[in-house]
Amino acid sequence: MKHTISLFITLSAFWLLNSGHYSLLILSLGFASIILILVIAHKMDVIDQESQPLHLTPDIFGYSAWLIKEVVLSNISVVKHIWLKDKSISPTLTTIKISQQTDMGKLIYANSITLTPGTVAIDLVKDEIIVHALVDKDIETLNAGEMDRRVTRLER
Amino acid sequence: MDTVITISSGFFILVGCFLCFSGGVGLLRFPDFYTRMHAVGVTDTLGAGMILIGLMFISSDILVFAKLVMILLLTLLIGPTTSHVLAKAAYHNGLMPKALNKLKKNNDKEANSSTL
Amino acid sequence: MLIAATLAIFVTMILAIVRGITGPTLYDRILAVNMFGTKTVLLIALLGFVMGRPEFLDIAIVYALINFISVIGVLRYSDTDQFNHTPPQNEQTEKER
Repeated sequence: MKHTISLFITLSAFWLLNSGHYSLLILSLGFASIILILVIAHKMDVIDQESQPLHLTPDIFGYSAWLIKEVVLSNISVVKHIWLKDKSISPTLTTIKISQQTDMGKLIYANSITLTPGTVAIDLVKDEIIVHALVDKDIETLNAGEMDRRVTRLER
Repeated sequence: MDTVITISSGFFILVGCFLCFSGGVGLLRFPDFYTRMHAVGVTDTLGAGMILIGLMFISSDILVFAKLVMILLLTLLIGPTTSHVLAKAAYHNGLMPKALNKLKKNNDKEANSSTL
Repeated sequence: MLIAATLAIFVTMILAIVRGITGPTLYDRILAVNMFGTKTVLLIALLGFVMGRPEFLDIAIVYALINFISVIGVLRYSDTDQFNHTPPQNEQTEKER
């Protein structure tokens, strides 16, 4: 029930912000389409804590702020390597261990790796991620595990 | 106040343009597919983000602001998903990074033509 | 300044198209086309502000979604044997069935 209400609020906000017209006819049409989508989603059985991760909400903002800082720093380093010669890059392909237990934690970790330029998560096999990195040093920072610790803290 | 808004929005937009242009140059300069993917990552995250934040400063309307935030969130959601799917498809169809090709002493052309 | 930004994005799109035409493997081409799409979203947003018509942002949102779906749609083919005659992971899944 909690997740249905959250999906309803999200869809209503999306409709109201995109529409910009607030006459009765338009609003009722919007309401009808939101109800239709909720019914379809119920039949598909996709409304659960995986599609609406409400239990993460309190901690996700702190993590996002830290992630934005990381993204800015790694962007600067990748741009530096673009303008330097080819020889400054050292592409690597390795597997790294992850310590998360839940699927959601693994997903957040792999997605954060991909969102940071310079490292891309290619595949996830059980508790290992195959990572391609532009520079050796990025793998070392991932192995040092600050991101890993933060995601694990988020998971609880 | 007006000049502050104009200057800050101009700063954000110009930095974003420089990042996007660098990403385009990286797309041409880097040696193989996996490294080019990192160059595209630059334009997708911070390049687009900077330009959209710059536009947010000069948006006149709250609805326009909300739509810009929506585009930013969509870009940040879509970017990693596409690059991951692309990398996974390339990896599973046998396209190896150049660094490994050197180690295994495979011919580059063979590795590439087998995927086509 | 907005016009300069539009021109810069335009040049970036040309660079992406060059990579799309030359780019040796299939995946380079898909990557270039995807980048071309995301840059188009930015171009539409910027053009909306240049022309003083922020309604263009609606089109930008729709374009972002279409671009995402088209790339995912193309790459769905790589799971089946449309690109390769004998992809290894495909045989495995058939055996599991």
